[in-house]
Amino acid sequence: MEPIINDFSLKVATVNGTGSQSSNNILFKSLFRMGIGVCGKNMFPSNIQGLPTWFQIRVSPEGYQNLREKDDIAVLMNAQTANEDIAKMGPGTTIIYNSDIIHFKEEQLKDKLIYALPVEKLSKEITDARLRPLLKNLFYVGALSHLYGIDEAVLKKVIQDTFKSKQKAVDANHHAFDVGYKFAKENFQKKDRFQLKAGKVNEGKIILDGNSAAALGSMYGGCTVVAWYPITPSSSLAESMADYCKKFRKPKNGKNTYAILQAEDELASAGMVIGAGWAGARAMTSTSGPGISLMSEFIGLAYYAEVPSVFMDVQRVGPSTGLPTRTQQCDILTCATASHGDTKHIMLFPSSLNECFELAQEAFNLADRFQTPIFFMTDLDLGMNNWVDNEFKYTKPKFDRGKVLDEKSLEQAKEFGRYLDVDGDGIPYRTLPGCKNSKGAYFTRGSGHDEYARYTEDPGAYERNMDRLLKKWHTAKKHVPKPVITGNSKGKVGIIAYGTTDHAVTETLERIKNSNIRYLRLKAYPFTPEVEQFVKECDKVIVIEQNRDAQLKQLLEVDIPGYQNKIHSIKYYGGFPISADLVERELKRVLEK
Amino acid sequence: MQGQTNRLNLTRDAYSGKPSTLCKGCGHDSITNGIISAYYELGVQPYEIMKLSGIGCSSKTPTYFLEKSHGFNGVHGRMPALATGAHMANHLLGVIGVSGDGDSMSIGLGQFCHLVRRNVNMVYIIENNGTYGLTKGQFSATSDQNSKSKKGEVNPYAMIDVCELAINLGATFVARSFSGDRKQMTALLKAAHSHKGIAILDIISPCVTFNNHDDSTKSYTYVKDHDVPLHELGFVPHFDSIEVEIEEGASAEIKLHDGSILSIKKIDKSHDPTDKLAAIKTLLHGRETKDIPTGLIYYHPDQPDLIQTLNVVDEPLSSMTEADTDPGAEVLAKINAGLK
Repeated sequence: MEPIINDFSLKVATVNGTGSQSSNNILFKSLFRMGIGVCGKNMFPSNIQGLPTWFQIRVSPEGYQNLREKDDIAVLMNAQTANEDIAKMGPGTTIIYNSDIIHFKEEQLKDKLIYALPVEKLSKEITDARLRPLLKNLFYVGALSHLYGIDEAVLKKVIQDTFKSKQKAVDANHHAFDVGYKFAKENFQKKDRFQLKAGKVNEGKIILDGNSAAALGSMYGGCTVVAWYPITPSSSLAESMADYCKKFRKPKNGKNTYAILQAEDELASAGMVIGAGWAGARAMTSTSGPGISLMSEFIGLAYYAEVPSVFMDVQRVGPSTGLPTRTQQCDILTCATASHGDTKHIMLFPSSLNECFELAQEAFNLADRFQTPIFFMTDLDLGMNNWVDNEFKYTKPKFDRGKVLDEKSLEQAKEFGRYLDVDGDGIPYRTLPGCKNSKGAYFTRGSGHDEYARYTEDPGAYERNMDRLLKKWHTAKKHVPKPVITGNSKGKVGIIAYGTTDHAVTETLERIKNSNIRYLRLKAYPFTPEVEQFVKECDKVIVIEQNRDAQLKQLLEVDIPGYQNKIHSIKYYGGFPISADLVERELKRVLEK
Repeated sequence: MQGQTNRLNLTRDAYSGKPSTLCKGCGHDSITNGIISAYYELGVQPYEIMKLSGIGCSSKTPTYFLEKSHGFNGVHGRMPALATGAHMANHLLGVIGVSGDGDSMSIGLGQFCHLVRRNVNMVYIIENNGTYGLTKGQFSATSDQNSKSKKGEVNPYAMIDVCELAINLGATFVARSFSGDRKQMTALLKAAHSHKGIAILDIISPCVTFNNHDDSTKSYTYVKDHDVPLHELGFVPHFDSIEVEIEEGASAEIKLHDGSILSIKKIDKSHDPTDKLAAIKTLLHGRETKDIPTGLIYYHPDQPDLIQTLNVVDEPLSSMTEADTDPGAEVLAKINAGLK
């Protein structure tokens, strides 16, 4: 029987809040340190304790970072979901289960390779009864290590690093691991073909979640004010920012070069960011869909009064409260035109840790350059899962503060009008509060205003202002990050995707090797000229995204009109991360149309 | 008056704004004048002030004063968030927030409460007329229970007392005044500016168009008749304090954060503004007797303000450069190394 090396997926089914998260992360990190291409996806409930939760660990020689639809191995520790879980496993798959609490019928097991792990009996070997519920999760870690060849020394070092200085916890976890390992060694005969083997694919790579990467980008991007309100899946973004700044921002005279405030709600967070942006700080809030809905009134103010501000939307499943712990790309249309009246907003679509880091920095430059809200559109999959990516690359930050007039430049300016289009690009000049030259003083507002920020209801002045805002929008097309185009540049089939969907698309294209396909990955909205060119040159365009209503496709049809008939859609919106398995299947269907 | 200047050699005109577009005789215009006088007499550079407001008649008024200051007229009830953000970005500038009873006690009640809790260093003026003027005379949350609107409707709901609420939320400077009492109002405005922390000024300001009828408890006549000043206030700015003698008969002095002094002269009974319970009692008593106690109701100087709590650098965050905020390549290498 030929072994299958480093190429399978394994799902662990447990009960939320029992400590399994830490076991799963130990497994994930151990494989990473063994130099194996690994991906981890946590499918967790909106709950602290008691509801079912699943974790998929996928290994592949290529290190693909997207979910597999089917698993080769299932570790079933949750009696509540065991019947459903095993029903999803195909013939010939491997089942490791807690045989003390799960009682399968013979027919459920008949075409499977079975390992029965008596978790409750083994837990008697844990002398401290209080720790038993947490530590018994290490039994399956031990059993898997024996069955598939996880390097024991590597794994034990990961445990040590996880619990750091708490030697007691390290010892207890090591012991629990040994119990599981020993049981497997004495009782399990290797039945399946899957095997792990140390490799070298992770040199120069790191593990992190996207929220932390975006926080790092904000810190390096010169963000000084953060106002936020707790909401899954974005809370850890602001919290990481606070941790990083505390650790890594050099204090000045013992004081902080930043202010991070947990606001009373999302409305206030948005207002604080806009107040700070108006007064000249680089300010950011992180939230999710429900927060964007609440912030919408303020977003319109920032658009109309032209205030630099960064909104990081870690998208989750909507509408309404939706599925708070599941992922989607469902706020695209909401953010593109957030708030009442005619509005248009710039969006960025990071697809990886590195892009979270880089585009977060770019977000602050764009906000200052265009004096407008910038939407950093990430999602729960990218934000909360651990990803493997290249190390972050340092580039010396160079702020683009945009068109700001100080005392000296005001002196030379013929006149100052806050909303005057001096350069013909739709971007006006601004001054900051505290400017000592009184020529620069202005009173901004969300009500109708003329070129000098004076209140007006005059139709001509209103239209001139709205038209200038549109001109500014067109100017932005030349400045936002360009798309990444790969594949055959003459291919007649064009695929468009953005954000986390990229990983499933890339893997699919590597699988199907269709030479007639070119692929455009969007990094920003508005659409740059390259996007129009791409749509024009292809006979068939397929937009792949994670929402029901083909939201980005809708934007394409409105912004680049005349091509509706050739634009097709592949959508997935179940709430788990999109897989290459689904994209491959759907792509075949659309290509045959 | 022509030709007179303050300590910065600026005329009073340098503190004025555009002509008011409010109704003739509006109490808010008297407050605007009070603000102009206060800041002129304080001798503060207009560029050292940021003025912010929400929506409503009161929120229009920042157009009418300090034209040479930066200003931001935001959205309804959300001035506190904008002010908090602007203050975090540049805490060297003074902040004047102007709001109304609808703006702060209804739609913006939540933001008002949290701003007070955080002790944001600013002057927060509520131009309180007990009615929605701009939408033509609906009751507001500060309309007295059982009082009548211009149309004759009776307000069945309990009212919110701005000062009581502010004290309960931990405000460090709480005052009430009447737009018709220029002297008291100006002294309180100056003291509010000199205070480091949140200064809440509830200024009863009759709406001449919708809430000035005989059955109103916020009409000019009613407020004038029921106004019970707790004390006579005198403000001695920090730059004058050596030369100026405190008025004879002053029963107490409050030294404000910037060194200015508020002298408090007893009128009838003595009121100790540093006694929280007494302050609440005075307000509750006023409700029963239908009196409107005005003056410095509560003062509590020993509370860190938001900037101290957050330990923000001395310079404005808006002035931070790459050199201030960039942790550098070595730190990033260290971070990378820690993510293995």
